Amino acid sequence: MEIKDIENLAKLSRIELSDDEKKELLGEMDSILGFVEQIQKVETGENVSEAGDLVNVMRSDEDTHESGVFTDDILAEVPKVENGFVKVKKIL
Amino acid sequence: MKIDLENLTIKKAHEAMKNGGFSARELAQAYLNNIDKDLNAFIVVFDDVLEQADEADKRFKDGTAELLTGIPIAVKNNILIKGKKTTAGSKILENYKATYDATVIKRLKEKGVVFIGGTNLDEFAMGSSTENSAFGVTKNPHDKTRVPGGSSGGSAVAVASNYALVALGSETGGSIRQPASFCGVVGLKSTYGAVSRYGAAALGSSLDQISPLGKNIEDVEIVFDCIKGEDKMDSTSIPDKIYKEAEKDVNENKKIIGIPRHFLKEGIDKEVLENFENSVNKFKELGYKIKEIELPNIEYSLAIYYILMPSEASTNLARYDGMRFGFLKEGENLLGDYMKTKGEGFGKEVRRRIILGTYVLSAGYYDAYYNKAQVLRKMIRKEILKAFENVDAIITPTTPTPAFKIGERTKNPVQMYLADIFTVPANITNIPAISIPSGFVNMDGKELPLGLQIMTPHMQEKLLFKISREVLS
Repeated sequence: MEIKDIENLAKLSRIELSDDEKKELLGEMDSILGFVEQIQKVETGENVSEAGDLVNVMRSDEDTHESGVFTDDILAEVPKVENGFVKVKKIL
Repeated sequence: MKIDLENLTIKKAHEAMKNGGFSARELAQAYLNNIDKDLNAFIVVFDDVLEQADEADKRFKDGTAELLTGIPIAVKNNILIKGKKTTAGSKILENYKATYDATVIKRLKEKGVVFIGGTNLDEFAMGSSTENSAFGVTKNPHDKTRVPGGSSGGSAVAVASNYALVALGSETGGSIRQPASFCGVVGLKSTYGAVSRYGAAALGSSLDQISPLGKNIEDVEIVFDCIKGEDKMDSTSIPDKIYKEAEKDVNENKKIIGIPRHFLKEGIDKEVLENFENSVNKFKELGYKIKEIELPNIEYSLAIYYILMPSEASTNLARYDGMRFGFLKEGENLLGDYMKTKGEGFGKEVRRRIILGTYVLSAGYYDAYYNKAQVLRKMIRKEILKAFENVDAIITPTTPTPAFKIGERTKNPVQMYLADIFTVPANITNIPAISIPSGFVNMDGKELPLGLQIMTPHMQEKLLFKISREVLS
């Protein structure tokens, strides 16, 4: 791995890193990957899916709550709010 | 009146509150008075503890009190209690107040327990020493220069030091058993799916489980029985009827213990091995048969874990975006908001694991790491299930060493990860496991506790408790 790989991963993860930390991470990644690398020694074959019967694990909508009962609590935790909406910077 | 907190159990406390020995308020006050801030076990001690206790006292007066009514509980601060500060040990949730109750909290509230506070943890439960908390390190009550273990370090200290009668923790790779071992208490990791995780900050969703810590098996079992069970809010929770069916198979006379000796050879302290042999002898005296077993690929468990857990963590933690809740640090544009919020809001170990997870999941490496690890995980699961055809339980030491010094392993992540070498196999195979106190070892003039780990097949916590009770008797 090189510094530019760390920079690329940081960008993909949306995490700003200082130059010092990038260097530090480079060494740590090498040591962690060196450790987990040991699994390559094992002959395993293909990953075969063993899922049982497919069932829908999503909840149905029948138990919906009264509209608005959670709104105040939830909005109280939002960093930036405007007129009951979550405010974010321009997307396009 | 002085309450003997050291020897208190849930049943004793219940009897005393029922018969007027002491009130729930007096009990809660006794625990509050006992809290030594220097150990830093709590991120937050709740300001309504006595009010909660008053509510419990009312239930004793009107006859609606149950076994857990008025019992003081400490809760790892990554489990949501509505209206309470729930930080997950992270700056990114520093000021977050939970907007709903976790299922386990809801179930405990119905019984009228008293929540003492939110306990310290490694940020997002990522760590084995509670040194990764944004709110400072927690110290081991047996030696303040040593770590309490982690990530549920605050919960283990709260029980060991009598700041609460029992505590909730969470496990992904040993985060309850390892601190329980380091602090000399009992810590359970239940079968994956036994307890709902709804309302717990997610780390590795194919591994996470909430479970109790306590001073004895009975207390842990009582809390486990209260919080377990199917929950429509967690699709991975095991349906009650499947659990009941599995529990029917538990034969009370199961007496064969398996030991994977080949797994106990490297990187393990001499004192820990000696202590383990004492436990083995105890089993023999109790009439158990000891059998050596082979688990050919178990040594790869930790490596598999450090591929799968960061993969799942990097996905789970994407939600902390500074938009909907938690900390926001603004940048020049939307991307800048994300980069700065995560860069400043997440601590070092969390950033490290997200980067690692992103790497092993990236297109070119996915097969070599993530897929390979998944296949191996299944192989190890099969090996363990096969071993259980010939033995009823498997034992190992909980940890390869007693509690280590604060700061000793922070510079070397892999060294830190090795603290979980014996606990991780139960997580990746989803079986239940427990750590029970197995004695002490003297290090630099201090008596440090050690733990024995017992594992049983899926959904057989009852057998786990029975064996544990016999060994501790």
